Amino acid sequence: MKKTSNVPELQEICRTVRRHIVTMITEAKSGHPGGSLSAVEILTTLFFDVLRHDPANPTWPERDRFILSKGHAAPVLYSVMAECGYTPIETLNTLRTIGSIYQGHPDRRYIPALEASTGSLGVGLSLGLGMAEAARLDKSPTRVFVVLGDGEIQEGQIWESAMYGAFHKLDNIVAILDYNRIQLDGWVKDIMELEPLADKWRAFGWHVIEVDGHDVAKLQGAFADAASTKGKPTILMAHTIKGKGVSFMENNPKFHGMAPTKEELAMALKEIG
Amino acid sequence: MAANGKYELKLGAATREAFGKALVELGKENPNVVVCDADLSKSTYTHWFGQEFPDRFFSCGIAESNMVSIGAGMSASGKIAFVASFAAFVMNKGFEQLRVTVAYPRVNLKVVGTHSGISIGEDGPSQMSVEDIGLACSLAGFTVICPSDEVSTFALVKAAAYFDGPVFIRVGRVKVASIYQPGHTFEIGKSIQLTDGNDVTIISHGLMVAEALKAVDVLAAEGIAARVIDMHTVKPIDRDAITKAAKDTGAIAVVEEHFVETGLGVRVAQVVAETHPCIMEFHGVGDCYAESGTPEQVLEKYHMNAAAVVETARRAVRRKSK
Repeated sequence: MKKTSNVPELQEICRTVRRHIVTMITEAKSGHPGGSLSAVEILTTLFFDVLRHDPANPTWPERDRFILSKGHAAPVLYSVMAECGYTPIETLNTLRTIGSIYQGHPDRRYIPALEASTGSLGVGLSLGLGMAEAARLDKSPTRVFVVLGDGEIQEGQIWESAMYGAFHKLDNIVAILDYNRIQLDGWVKDIMELEPLADKWRAFGWHVIEVDGHDVAKLQGAFADAASTKGKPTILMAHTIKGKGVSFMENNPKFHGMAPTKEELAMALKEIG
Repeated sequence: MAANGKYELKLGAATREAFGKALVELGKENPNVVVCDADLSKSTYTHWFGQEFPDRFFSCGIAESNMVSIGAGMSASGKIAFVASFAAFVMNKGFEQLRVTVAYPRVNLKVVGTHSGISIGEDGPSQMSVEDIGLACSLAGFTVICPSDEVSTFALVKAAAYFDGPVFIRVGRVKVASIYQPGHTFEIGKSIQLTDGNDVTIISHGLMVAEALKAVDVLAAEGIAARVIDMHTVKPIDRDAITKAAKDTGAIAVVEEHFVETGLGVRVAQVVAETHPCIMEFHGVGDCYAESGTPEQVLEKYHMNAAAVVETARRAVRRKSK
């Protein structure tokens, strides 16, 4: 794969990834477009610029680890991994069908290059901490990146892991919160408000970076800031828009877990360009 | 002395202590072994490992869910990771994490539940694990082990460490009778026949194996020759030994310090039903929660003793002769 730090090139990859997402979910007739589209810049910046990984050698022991803890956003992960060369692009549209490697939620049994099988919310940060501990013990340069959903962090296990990461001074792990402010039943503030959220993570001992989660250059800067932060873990609070890139999906709770129609797909593809 | 003088049944160490000793030996022989604990290390005996290998011992605080998934992450990165707590806590509070972060991706994690059964005594039902075998057996791909004494625990913990796949090991708080001599060999999935006999088979694990051996002498005095099998591995279960027992003795009594509806008995019964149906009787913790008391008092009151094993075996023999 060709990695790049060039912002326009990364933005072009983001457009391709968005096209994959809306197309594959339309074909599957089910899936989660909103939270996939909100994480496109985060995952694209990670996989094409930040992460030390090699699709030709997925078991390289010193690779960085990536965990999509909000596993329902599988389409964005599948699209990015396919564009990297881990899996075939031409079968992305088999998403959620019997026998497909593109299972409803990420499944290591079908894609061994995945670091974790996710889908049940709240477990990914703990898994990442275990990988970060193992890397530190092995004196490995491995760093661990975990993408969390905002609704997801209502789970108690997240705060158990938040305590652990700071207490054990794990500075080789970065959590990225896809803070799109919508969960299945509606707006996060109406279901179980998280604010004041940056204060909570700081109180738990984490280095907090607030960033526009759709600004590739700012994300690059935030990941560099995380890498230079020693003695504590970092969380990027990435402010995002659910359904980003498709006007009728943006900030629309309906598209948390509903597939577009064929007509909506045509409109979406036209907007993405 | 029990079982015709063959077994001395002298009081040995608790199986949790044997677990702690095995961890230390594993730590010495393999730098890849790591251990996580949730603020019970002095009770689970993982603190011995922690003292020897502080850089490979991870205190997770009172947060079992997080501990299970951290262990899973370490295992996914190539470590031989053990997570330990009271069986009641690691299995119940960690069950979701065991399902989605260990069993489903088939991560090579070793889970140890101590203070199992009702023999924990004074602490009472909130700490008494009578569901752990059932829960562990419902995790696809898990191997489930319940050793009966110090020697078998030490050997099976070590075997589990080098076994490729997730394992649950159930150990207890109280000192238990020694059954095996040092140097005895144990194989995961292979039960051990401790006495010969063709009138009835008593199948058990954990601290009830010693009670079964004591029961053999009482039954012998009544002219009943009982075969005792230590079924230390509940999953995968030793089908051959069960089928042979059903054919040879025609009656099987299963006794266990566990909720009787979801433990060893139902798993033995499935094999019997599938291979060679015969008379079966079951004894375990009934559909209830026990209470505080000394371990001896609680075991006595809830019939976890040789007398209950004798009665269970007698019932089976009586039904057979009808």
